[in-house]
Amino acid sequence: MKSQILKRLWAKLIEPLDGWLMLFLGLIFMLSLLVLYSASNQSFDKIDNKLVYTMLSLTIMWLIARSRPQMIMHFGPPLYLVGLLLLVAVHFKGITVNGSTRWLSLGFTRIQPSEIMKIALPMMIAWYFQKHEASLRWWHFLVAIALMLLPVGLILKQPDLGTATLIMAAGFFVLFFAGLSWRVIVGGLAVFAASLPVIWHVMHDYQKKRILTLIDPMSDPLGAGYHIIQSMIAIGSGGPIGKGWLNGTQTHLDYIPERTTDFIFAVFSEEFGMIGNLILVGLYLLIISRGLMITARAQTLYGRLMAGSITLSFFFYAFVNMGMVSGILPVVGVPLPFVSYGGTATVTLFIGTGMLMSIGKLRK
Amino acid sequence: MKVYQPAKRFVPPPPALRMSTGRVRFMLAAMGLLFAGLIGRAIYLQVAQQDFLVNQGDARFRRSLVLEANRGLITDRNGEPLAISTPVQTIWASPADMEPVPPAKLRELARLLEMSPEEVDSKLSDHKREFVYLKRQISPELATQVMALGIPGIAKQQEFRRFYPAGDIFAHIIGFTGVDGKGQEGAELAREKMLAGSNGRRVVVKDRRGHIIEDVGPVEPPRDGQTLMLAVDQRIQYLASRELKSAVESNKAKAGSVVVLDAHSGELLALANYPTYNPNNRQGVTTEMMRNRAVIDTFEPGSTMKPLSISVALEEGKANVHTVLDTHPYMIGPARIHDVTDSDRLDIEGIIKKSSNVGASKLALMVSPHDFWSYYDSLGFGRSPDTGFPGEASGRLRDWKTWRPIEQATMSFGYGVSVSLLQMARAYTIFTNHGEMMPVSLYRTGSPLPGKRVLPANVADEMRDVLIANSEPGGGAVGGRILGYSIGGKSGTARKLVGNSYVADKHRALFIGFAPGKAPKMIVAVMIDEPTAGKYYGGAVAAPVFANVAGGALRILNVQPDQPYNNTLLPATTPIPADF
Repeated sequence: MKSQILKRLWAKLIEPLDGWLMLFLGLIFMLSLLVLYSASNQSFDKIDNKLVYTMLSLTIMWLIARSRPQMIMHFGPPLYLVGLLLLVAVHFKGITVNGSTRWLSLGFTRIQPSEIMKIALPMMIAWYFQKHEASLRWWHFLVAIALMLLPVGLILKQPDLGTATLIMAAGFFVLFFAGLSWRVIVGGLAVFAASLPVIWHVMHDYQKKRILTLIDPMSDPLGAGYHIIQSMIAIGSGGPIGKGWLNGTQTHLDYIPERTTDFIFAVFSEEFGMIGNLILVGLYLLIISRGLMITARAQTLYGRLMAGSITLSFFFYAFVNMGMVSGILPVVGVPLPFVSYGGTATVTLFIGTGMLMSIGKLRK
Repeated sequence: MKVYQPAKRFVPPPPALRMSTGRVRFMLAAMGLLFAGLIGRAIYLQVAQQDFLVNQGDARFRRSLVLEANRGLITDRNGEPLAISTPVQTIWASPADMEPVPPAKLRELARLLEMSPEEVDSKLSDHKREFVYLKRQISPELATQVMALGIPGIAKQQEFRRFYPAGDIFAHIIGFTGVDGKGQEGAELAREKMLAGSNGRRVVVKDRRGHIIEDVGPVEPPRDGQTLMLAVDQRIQYLASRELKSAVESNKAKAGSVVVLDAHSGELLALANYPTYNPNNRQGVTTEMMRNRAVIDTFEPGSTMKPLSISVALEEGKANVHTVLDTHPYMIGPARIHDVTDSDRLDIEGIIKKSSNVGASKLALMVSPHDFWSYYDSLGFGRSPDTGFPGEASGRLRDWKTWRPIEQATMSFGYGVSVSLLQMARAYTIFTNHGEMMPVSLYRTGSPLPGKRVLPANVADEMRDVLIANSEPGGGAVGGRILGYSIGGKSGTARKLVGNSYVADKHRALFIGFAPGKAPKMIVAVMIDEPTAGKYYGGAVAAPVFANVAGGALRILNVQPDQPYNNTLLPATTPIPADF
């Protein structure tokens, strides 16, 4: 009798979850624990924290996954509005750290409102398109672009180019799947290319420096180029099969900066080599493929747009992070999804995963 | 309670949404391409660039630490230490690996190093440098205290400091080492290779903050330098230095040198110059003090040359010890050769005793310029003495083809040829070795090096006896007499050349002799430069130094006296003859 109850409980527990996504995420989670243990010099402190916030994230994911997408959808506009208001508040009352104003003090804790926008913006735009599904016109896209540019502009102002790019990407993916005309996309890219000199002109010095560093890291090996040189050395010296778990010299001699967070990929690459990289990239591809499958089967426009945006955001995060750590993209503060240490980013990612699963259950 | 819809198999989306399936495929392809790019980057870094990047990594965390070899000991001939290396520590820093030092620690560090905090801070300010000396050569105890502060990026390194127990006494023989531990002068420089040994190496892994984590790779142990045993006898050296110093001071002279050679082996038993310096603390030392005058300064030896020049006439058979010469002044061209006190006629002994220029030059002119030149050449004049002393002088002996008769004449009494005191002392070994000249050795030799025959034994011995006779009443070397021992020797007083002419008020007082007379143990050569306290003759200024050094040294070496002790030295009123 008892086993019967347990069985039913278990069934109830796994019912909202997506088996494939859980499998791939589970594998990545295992890898991330291994790397984190090595990167934190074999201390369990960060492992413990990661287990705690991962449990919390999984709970939130589960709650979202068992909810209907249409229900979640209605949280979009209020979340977006709150996020926007908080961003404005940051602009006037934010806390300045290292020259950029990204944080808002709530007295007992600090929050980073731009983090909310990573989910709120695609939700808002998807909701908007769903609402006007039957009568989509070109000006609906114009409104959507405005909805996107509003928070992006505020975040750029902080300044936080990395997060602004991620949020803009999330918004753009919604627009793309909503059927934004190819002509507009190509045209937009052309305008972007043409305005590069202007953009360069208005960029902050530290941002310019990051891009110059990308072109030639050795130009300032002890300053702006330091991180990237050290992480390239770590990746390269890993070689095809890596130096072995816990044997990464760059890692353990403290040469890799931010090695549990943004640069954890360098640690992974040094110790597990190219084989490890192929496995990790393969797992991301599987997650993304599953996400796109869910996107393709989504029953509503909202579901389709959200699933596509979330999936592509996962890809975008992973690509930008690995690209910056291996020295082909400028250094922006983007964590490696599901691997980097950090609670806030993980909660956001699992909220996204929960929505994917919710949409994947083919509900309206 | 909510009821979930059961999961369904794939249901095609409503027609309105179908158009974007292509977009999903497009995105999938785009992402595949971008990931392929990432993998390509990984292959580039991890395969193509692997070796380069591995080296780059090594360059950052592998450090090769030098294990300094202990520099060899220098001792005198009896094993007394003259130069010792003691371990010290040097504190260095790598500002490139350092984070700002907390002010409290900085102050503590500065206090331990006896520097001001600002000074320490400025040394650490260049964050591009990976190596800066903070303080060199401090005691190991102090270094341990500094390291106990645990400031990342600050490290210690073992080094050795050279210590010279005898201070200024051996300065010119031993020389000294620079701050890098390499020999700069004297034996330290001459035998650098042997003394230095070779440094070892230790490869360590260092983290970004400069902490040394572990030893990797094999340790290459340092090979310590070898002990160098010099020929000098510390006791004789002390004696020579003391006597020289007191003679230079009491005669108000500019400088002076003493060379003591073993009469048979040619080993250098002592070599002193004054002024000298303390090699342990070279602050305020001038080049005048550093000059190893006995070896690198050359001068015209004056009358001390006569025993040598007269010997060649005897060797050539142009005269013998009984030959009597007319010693009235005479002319060579426009030049008049004369003596300080003219005599009518003198035999060889008389020529030496009176130090007759006329006699010496007449004998010299009996020999052909070529034979005279080759004789001086075989005495090593104009040639490097090859003792190993850095900067040793060859002196000057002009080619015989250019000689005029007046020049050959003046060379016989020590003008027109320049030599070092060391060369002169060495030349006198022909009188203590039956005609063989011994090579001078700065280092203790197991078995004596072979000498070079310059004179037949009978001629050399005859001249030796003439020099012994010269120390008897009526001779020029009475000032060099020692209680209890016979001696032989020759004094000299050379006028100094200022510009192109000899001046009457600047002299070089010389005395070269050997003792005991018939069975010589040592040769002592003394040079006092510009005595100005009244006396300036070699027999009066340099001879007493010879007497004190040779007498003391014979007693130190326990040499059996060959003269009765009750036979006192000559009465103080015995006139010391002038010689020129």
